[in-house]
Amino acid sequence: MYAGASQDFVAIHYDLNVAKEAGHPTVIIHGALKSAWLGELVTSWMGVDGRLLELDVSYRAIDFPNSTATCVGKVLDARTEHGVGIVELEIGLRNSEGIISTPGRALVSLPIREIV
Amino acid sequence: MTTPASTGNTVISEELRSFIHLESVPVTYDIECHAVERFAAAIGDPNPLYSDREASEATSHGGLIAPPTFFRSLLPGKYPKTYPEPFAHILDGGSKYRFNEPVRIGDKITVVRKITDLFEKHGRMGTMLFKISEISYTNEAGRLVATQTTTTITYGTGEKDSGVGDN
Repeated sequence: MYAGASQDFVAIHYDLNVAKEAGHPTVIIHGALKSAWLGELVTSWMGVDGRLLELDVSYRAIDFPNSTATCVGKVLDARTEHGVGIVELEIGLRNSEGIISTPGRALVSLPIREIV
Repeated sequence: MTTPASTGNTVISEELRSFIHLESVPVTYDIECHAVERFAAAIGDPNPLYSDREASEATSHGGLIAPPTFFRSLLPGKYPKTYPEPFAHILDGGSKYRFNEPVRIGDKITVVRKITDLFEKHGRMGTMLFKISEISYTNEAGRLVATQTTTTITYGTGEKDSGVGDN
């Protein structure tokens, strides 16, 4: 489905024979789909008033469909710049063995809320 | 012109090197709601900002926008000459996105790609060619809305993977 929606038709991502010939048990998840999931992790966390400024993702290891992967993230830094909140996040996709296959980083801006 | 690596057997030929900073033929996309909805569905992101017009209008965005990695579906055009890919297999190393503003439904986004660096590494899979490309996304008002910097790795010989040479 992602191949069609993203126009990425590298065959190893949907052709089981091609994936098996390359020595994999099944097709490989598109790296860009993992980026999309990490993008969702950050945008759903920051809410509609947040703005995603930067998203960096590295595909260190491959992931397969029908495995369990978890998007994880933590705040590295939070500061105020020119009246908006800037938050730097470490993000990643963690596979079922607990290894971060896809580490990344994001920078978001958030409105400053008055604390009463 | 930079001098090739001193090893003498570099795969980075003068012809390959001539692609650094060469721009792809610009391609302009009309951003329409169904493509955005389809992309959001494919990545499994239920955020109403991508599909619920009324809900999106009530937010600070004032209307529907596209998910951040939707840019990935706006494929760049070809280079004005054929890229002489020396290897058969391809790996996507990752992407760095810089967002200046979200993409809105109705925008016209022009996509241009250029290679900014080429280098080799030697590892388990033999020589690997790393290609760093910067893709710019500019709207109809001439504002740069985002860039995506990609790392593409190619290696090995044999029958070429689908997509090798296009990325």
